[in-house]
Amino acid sequence: MSLQVAAHINSFLAAFVLLTAFGMLVQRRMYGLIHLFAWQGLFLSISTAIVGFVAGKHHLYISSLLTLSLKVVLLPYILHVLILRLRIQKEVETVVNVPLTMLIGVALVIFSYHLTAPVRELSTLVTRSTLAVALATVMIGLLMMITRRHAVTQIIGFLAMENGLFFAATSATYGMPLVVELGVALDVLIAAFIFGIFFFHIHTTFDSLDVDQMARLKEGD
Amino acid sequence: MILYPFLIEILQVLILLAAAPVFVGWVRVLKCWTQGRSSAGIFQPYRDIRKLLSKDVVLAENASWVFRFTPYLVFGTAVIAGGIIPILSVDLPLAATADVIVLAALFAIARFFTALAGMDIGTAFGGMGSSREMTIASLAEPAMLMAIFTMSLASRSTSLSHMAEVILSGQPVLRPSIAFALFAFVLIALAETGRIPVDNPATHLELTMIHEAMILEYSGRHLALIEWASMMKLFLFVVLGIAAFAPWGIAPSGNLFALPAAFLFMSLKLGAAGVALVLIETGLAKMRLFRLTEFLGSAFLLATLGMLSYFILE
Repeated sequence: MSLQVAAHINSFLAAFVLLTAFGMLVQRRMYGLIHLFAWQGLFLSISTAIVGFVAGKHHLYISSLLTLSLKVVLLPYILHVLILRLRIQKEVETVVNVPLTMLIGVALVIFSYHLTAPVRELSTLVTRSTLAVALATVMIGLLMMITRRHAVTQIIGFLAMENGLFFAATSATYGMPLVVELGVALDVLIAAFIFGIFFFHIHTTFDSLDVDQMARLKEGD
Repeated sequence: MILYPFLIEILQVLILLAAAPVFVGWVRVLKCWTQGRSSAGIFQPYRDIRKLLSKDVVLAENASWVFRFTPYLVFGTAVIAGGIIPILSVDLPLAATADVIVLAALFAIARFFTALAGMDIGTAFGGMGSSREMTIASLAEPAMLMAIFTMSLASRSTSLSHMAEVILSGQPVLRPSIAFALFAFVLIALAETGRIPVDNPATHLELTMIHEAMILEYSGRHLALIEWASMMKLFLFVVLGIAAFAPWGIAPSGNLFALPAAFLFMSLKLGAAGVALVLIETGLAKMRLFRLTEFLGSAFLLATLGMLSYFILE
């Protein structure tokens, strides 16, 4: 596999990561969201392995495996169980104005392209062009957290943001040191557990995971 | 040899006129197979057209010239479009004057007049169909132009035959932008040609029809022309997709002997496209009208992402 081909495949995977980010932005069903999240993790993991191969950085293989086990298998499984336990698997969320959200997403992609253009000029890495996609994925994850009202979807938005950050690290500097990556992975895992516990409490207190319900603090009004 | 490109032009239009009903017949036959029905054969659309041509025209009393003029205009624009898209060969004199934007405009003119004719008689169905058609068109047209522009970025030209020529001469490469544009184009083609999940071509159920609602008042030779034109539109969208995304097999400039092979390739690709179309239509249910904005919005999104990824990733 030559360098050119690897860069080619990597840009394809970057495109798919971006596509899944947009898919998550407009997906209404819980299970669909989790599947998209798992797909994004898979593309990310393959992309990391390819970058590791191209750059000859072998610790990237480990973080690729870490991504695969954590973001493709474990986190989707935890979310799946959570949704089953909370009995919200049939819930369909109303997404406000899908075309407008998509247009904002496209604007974010253009913005991050503009933002990373100077870096692209300076960098000599094979992966320099995917930095814009990584930044756009972070921003779209943020946009998802803003536009969604359901607590579980907001968490998935958060995890998608983390995916974007990981991707940015891989494409900008061939990955963070392994210690940092292990720490982040552990953090995300712990966060997922804590979110799970919080969801149960929110659900028992408010009978719903709609965060709008939490705007009321007093019981009286 | 000066006349040769013009002969190709005429040949293309003849093929368009003759092959469009066969293609529609092929799609219907496949659909019958997938649904376990027995089919009427791939030449049934010809018989339908012949039957309609021999029948009398029934005109409403208050039909204006728009109503009578529209079938000829719709038919004419479809025929002209057949001269712009490289179906058999890239040697098209018309392609030098008319590029893909003109093609979109031709489809838009036909649609505009069909919508006017739908409202001309003043029946409720016509107006409803026109309003729905225009809703879809306003969303589908920018997306279609975006998808085609993404393709024309690679060849730096909006002329379809030049685009096909560039792809034919270069190495086949896999690019994210092309994948996005192709996916967007398939979604748009489904919407523009009124197939499931956007519109059901076989329905006459009042509440769901779009294209059928507009042409409900037509009869006789007018209806024959409109039906023929809508068959040609389906054919044109398929060959447009082939010319823009997979032109391999289309005869290069000045090569007369490549024409039979080009014809063979065209038939094979059309057959495969028919299978794909039927698989899509059988696998999907018709969408609610209010979900169409999202369907076409995602087509626009895909096309835009294709264009962006050309700049970002390539």
